Amino acid sequence: MGKIKVTIDYKPLEIEEGTTVLHAARQAGIGIPTLCYFQLHDMGIENNPGGCRICVVEIEGRRNLAPACVTVCTDGMVIKTNTIRVLNSRRTVLELILSNHPADCLICAKSGNCELQTLAHRLGVRQIAYQGEQSHFREDRSPSIIRDIDKCIMCRRCEMMCNEVQTVGALSAINRGFDSVVAPAFEQDLIKSPCTYCGQCVAVCPTGALTEIDHTPEILRALADPTKTVVVQTAPAVRVALGEEFGMPVGTIVTGKMAASLRRLGFDYVFDTDFAADLTIMEEGTELLGRISAFLAGDKDVKLPILTSCCPGWVNFLEYNFPNMKDVPSTAKSPQQMFGAIAKTYFADKINVKREDLIVVSVMPCLAKKYECQRDEFKVDNDPDVNYSISTRELAALIKQANISFHELPDEDFDNPLGESSGAAPIFGVTGGVIEAAMRTAYELFTGQKLEKVDFIELRGLEGVRKATIKMGDQDIHIGIANGLGNARKLLEMVNKGEADFHAIEIMACPAGCIGGGGQPLHHGDSSIIKKRAAAIYEEDRNKPIRKSHENSYIIKLYEEFLGKPCNEKAHHLLHTHYFDKSTVIEGTVDVENN
Amino acid sequence: MAYIKLVESSLKTIKDICASFGYRKGDLINVLHKVQGALGYLSAETQEAVAKELGISAATVYGVVSFYSFFTMKPKGNHPISICMGTACYVRGAEKVVNEFKKQLGVEIGETTEDGVFSLTCLRCVGACGLAPVVTVGEKVYGHVVPDGVEGILNEYK
Ligand code: SF4
Ligand code: SF4
Ligand code: SF4
Ligand code: FES
Repeated sequence: MGKIKVTIDYKPLEIEEGTTVLHAARQAGIGIPTLCYFQLHDMGIENNPGGCRICVVEIEGRRNLAPACVTVCTDGMVIKTNTIRVLNSRRTVLELILSNHPADCLICAKSGNCELQTLAHRLGVRQIAYQGEQSHFREDRSPSIIRDIDKCIMCRRCEMMCNEVQTVGALSAINRGFDSVVAPAFEQDLIKSPCTYCGQCVAVCPTGALTEIDHTPEILRALADPTKTVVVQTAPAVRVALGEEFGMPVGTIVTGKMAASLRRLGFDYVFDTDFAADLTIMEEGTELLGRISAFLAGDKDVKLPILTSCCPGWVNFLEYNFPNMKDVPSTAKSPQQMFGAIAKTYFADKINVKREDLIVVSVMPCLAKKYECQRDEFKVDNDPDVNYSISTRELAALIKQANISFHELPDEDFDNPLGESSGAAPIFGVTGGVIEAAMRTAYELFTGQKLEKVDFIELRGLEGVRKATIKMGDQDIHIGIANGLGNARKLLEMVNKGEADFHAIEIMACPAGCIGGGGQPLHHGDSSIIKKRAAAIYEEDRNKPIRKSHENSYIIKLYEEFLGKPCNEKAHHLLHTHYFDKSTVIEGTVDVENN
Repeated sequence: MAYIKLVESSLKTIKDICASFGYRKGDLINVLHKVQGALGYLSAETQEAVAKELGISAATVYGVVSFYSFFTMKPKGNHPISICMGTACYVRGAEKVVNEFKKQLGVEIGETTEDGVFSLTCLRCVGACGLAPVVTVGEKVYGHVVPDGVEGILNEYK
């Protein structure tokens, strides 16, 4: 593509043909404000309805102001982004939005992190000139997400995420004019929709219209209860993002400070989901090898490709959309649930605490985990294996409430026996990591030889769909990887049509995997944040003395003392699950009239 | 599995209409028009069935149904009452007529009386401006309607 010349705010600029005014301005260091526009650069995610008109600019020779996000530059264009006319128009647009917006900032869950609030501050709005009627929708509380759509500004980012990126289709713009908001079909609650609770709508909502269910009050209560022993587990992706909430540089690894802060909060045992990730590899890897070996031995009934099952958002998606494949994924539970099952049996016995007096809390980058830990199959006599799951954001809120100066904390270690992990565990937090971790172990078990090069670079990257072939001895293993549910759909449709010959497929519901999860600090559309978190995850892996799950000494001990062998009956009972058909069937009933 | 139940003949109607449009997602509005024409209204179940046939989400279908005022999710009454709200009718007092109907029937625009006898909708100009304000009940057209005449019209159908 050719180059063209434009002038923005008196600054001459050479840009690629086809660049929008918004991006041209960014190249010149001029940040035009946006609301509906949203992009995750390099990740194929863009919301571009040109609807809010907060981004208007003046273009010489044009009578009307033009929205920068959808206006493509032409050669010689002279653009002004800060004339009086532009500033007034921008403020008017914002005041109109604010006139139908509850001014709840003091008590809003998004306060301090809300793009609408930031914009009102930036544009210096000191009064709302228009007194509008306010809409009143009912609040919808699902197991993971709160929808408070009186705060919806109709940017439609969530709709784009849910429908185009995730292809779930739980949300749509409804009604018209004043009453228009984004909602599930028939304005029903999210729980009645095919929502997977991936939380990607929450991750992109600029306002407090979509937030997570807050479990911090329950946790504070449990911590204050002297009859309860409270243990906590932290997912891999949390440690590379939590620091952002305290203003630390993006990509800072805060594993040690996080463990210290949890101890200061009063948790009795500070454990690590990474331990359970190693355990997952033992179970899932064994299952994978079992299926591949059976397949190679000519067993026609064996179900291949094996699909990973550690992402509950993806499991929900499968149950709604691909019920015919519900016997295909690995039956291994997610690391969160494996941890819960082991904590409430093996560990509870060890410390001599009754199951009902042990509270298991998980800190997750994920909102689907809130739903997952409430599933009936993960309860024993109505007592959940994991009592509460909070997001990275909620943990940050807890730390702030408890007067802990995060920066000044020393680096501390996790407790044992459920705190030790290999380098194969942290990489669960990034797309491709689960299957890489599985290959490290499967390779050695399959070939009986030591794996010299533990880094499977060919499995890494952030592209939505990836394919790779790994050699295990003489055997080629074909691997598919998808992140984002729309990409998962593409891969599964290939498999359903018999167009692919994968042995194993890894699927993560969130773009880039859990590092981009719905419970993470908000990235506000800056994809460099996600890339830095990914780099930090691999650094965490490299820093570990042990890089393979089956070499984790506490895992070895767990099997020796308690479980026996991977995938045996006891392991199946505690660490494996099954999936349900949640699709909708439309059924014709007998005509009343014809009877 | 979740089951959505629809009368067999309605389901067949929906399937036939979707097939007649070649299951084109782009024809959603036309499909919904035809389905409403055939079944009288678009229930949630009907919308789910249309969604399934066209391979789109129920949320998308509902988004369209809730956007256009000519789609209705409630069954029409035996005697559907429509009041023209075109400019001519409006300036000649159609709004007062609407309010009188609402009062007498105890329903809002777009609703049906509990006994299922009457339903109330508003229309854009029906092209009978000489008769403004215009009200139709079923096929029958009433011209120059005033609030005091509303009771008389309703009595014809009781
Ligand atoms: S719910 Fe949030 S993301 Fe969705 S349209 Fe409303 S403001 Fe935008
Ligand atoms: S959580 Fe995911 S599936 Fe559910 S509405 Fe949001 S984007 Fe859609
Ligand atoms: S990718 Fe990770 S954060 Fe996202 S839904 Fe799955 S497990 Fe949760
Ligand atoms: S950001 Fe450009 S129109 Fe909304």
